[in-house]
Amino acid sequence: MSKKDVETTGHSWDGIEELNNPLPRWWLIIWYICIVWGIAYTIAMPAWPLVKGATAGVLGWSTRAQVADKIASFEEMNAAVNAELAAADITTIEVGSDVHNYGVNMGAAVFRANCSQCHGSGAAGNVGYPNLLDNDWLWGGTIDEVAYTVQHGVRNETDEARYSEMPKFGADELLTEEEIDQVVAFAMSLSDPEGDGTNLVGGTYDVDLASAGAEVFEINCSSCHGEDGTGDIYQGAPNLTDAIWLYGGDHDTVYETVYYARFGVMPAWGQRLSQAEVNAAALYVHQLGGGQ
Amino acid sequence: MALIDKHKIIETNGTLLMVGALLVVTVGGIVEIAPLFYLENTIEDVEGVRPYSPLELTGREIYVREGCYVCHSQMIRPMRDEVERYGHYSLAAESKYDHPFQWGSKRTGPDLARVGGRYSDAWHVDHLTNPQSVVPESVMPKYGFLADRYIEPEYIEDLMSTHRIVGVPYTDEMIEVAKEDFEAQADPWADTDGLLERYPGAVVSNFDGQDGITEMDALIAYMQMLGTLVDFSTFTPDASR
Repeated sequence: MSKKDVETTGHSWDGIEELNNPLPRWWLIIWYICIVWGIAYTIAMPAWPLVKGATAGVLGWSTRAQVADKIASFEEMNAAVNAELAAADITTIEVGSDVHNYGVNMGAAVFRANCSQCHGSGAAGNVGYPNLLDNDWLWGGTIDEVAYTVQHGVRNETDEARYSEMPKFGADELLTEEEIDQVVAFAMSLSDPEGDGTNLVGGTYDVDLASAGAEVFEINCSSCHGEDGTGDIYQGAPNLTDAIWLYGGDHDTVYETVYYARFGVMPAWGQRLSQAEVNAAALYVHQLGGGQ
Repeated sequence: MALIDKHKIIETNGTLLMVGALLVVTVGGIVEIAPLFYLENTIEDVEGVRPYSPLELTGREIYVREGCYVCHSQMIRPMRDEVERYGHYSLAAESKYDHPFQWGSKRTGPDLARVGGRYSDAWHVDHLTNPQSVVPESVMPKYGFLADRYIEPEYIEDLMSTHRIVGVPYTDEMIEVAKEDFEAQADPWADTDGLLERYPGAVVSNFDGQDGITEMDALIAYMQMLGTLVDFSTFTPDASR
């Protein structure tokens, strides 16, 4: 097309004329299609505001219905295996079976979403939050004990929760300062097989004070922690003879534990998770390495 | 082409073009924005939603001051994966007393819309003091200084009155006893009947475990109620939304 065939807009400046080229045909067609599509879309989907509400759209789509549908369809897909897992006797479940595999994988997901914030994403625990990889268990490491702990939690407001409370020997003045010093040293000596004043985690104590603390320990501590200090899983009393310390095995931390006591809590997950999820979490934790 | 030729009048007259553009934008605004203020399906009243108690409101101010919203959203979107992880999707009504809202748009940390009751107070103290002590892979900064900053409810009445101006239904009684409520919520031994009547579901606790009321107490009080006000066992979602 030569320049002469094109209309001008009539604008002219310094002899330069503005051409009035028509829009490309392909562009114009797409533009018209978009207009039609736009109108059709507002009819199909929720769009036009009226007096009391917006038009619902002939397709009846809603965000809330969509998410409810999605959740329902996933639940339906897993309903059979979830029911099997919820009803399974986890103490006798066959390792390597489909239900077991499903449970362990589901448990890993449950653990990451709900448990990892305290027990760590690798279940190695943190100060004050037990390590679930080792074979040292406060409330028992068999699978049904683990499942019970998950279900009912520890020291929460539910009646079934695992519960025990160490007395605040210092803050409540149950022991004198001298007795506390002695029993702290004795408690540390329990995890010192060589008896050289340095326990398994490197905490140092006074050996003479420790021997004086034996009697204090026997009277005040042994009913829960055992006469030999190996703990009692029925009372959640930790084993004091190993190198595993929930809050720390150095002198100052043990002193604080005896003086103010500790009161770790865990929610009753049975209130938030389904039975299948509780079983799954127990299966997952049990196979991490420390399960008994 | 007659109409097209008339368009030339607008194109060659700058002032007229601006007036015309303003008119078009005004119509767009009226159609798109104005209905949100009266349509029933954008204003959902949900049972249980209440204004923040004085201590929670103070904690919320600290949340805003520290810029928590930069890394934490408070908006669980209606998608399956979010609902599975965080709980029921957020309802508009749950942030209707938020001025400004804390929906956020960045999740360096997790969503906090339903963090209330999820962790113990002691966990929050551990986590705020040194986040890496409980979540080693966390990049969150330490907020231990909050526990050293003691606060008094000096301006709480003014704060609540200001919120009342923008539509939060604080009653005269609530503002009158704001100081008492502020102190009672952080004291497990206080008489909290009045507080709990005015603010049902408020969590009463010595949140940071030490004497006196600190910014840590206020912030944890705020976090422990987030997303707990609506009872989803009785809430039936209206599907048209």
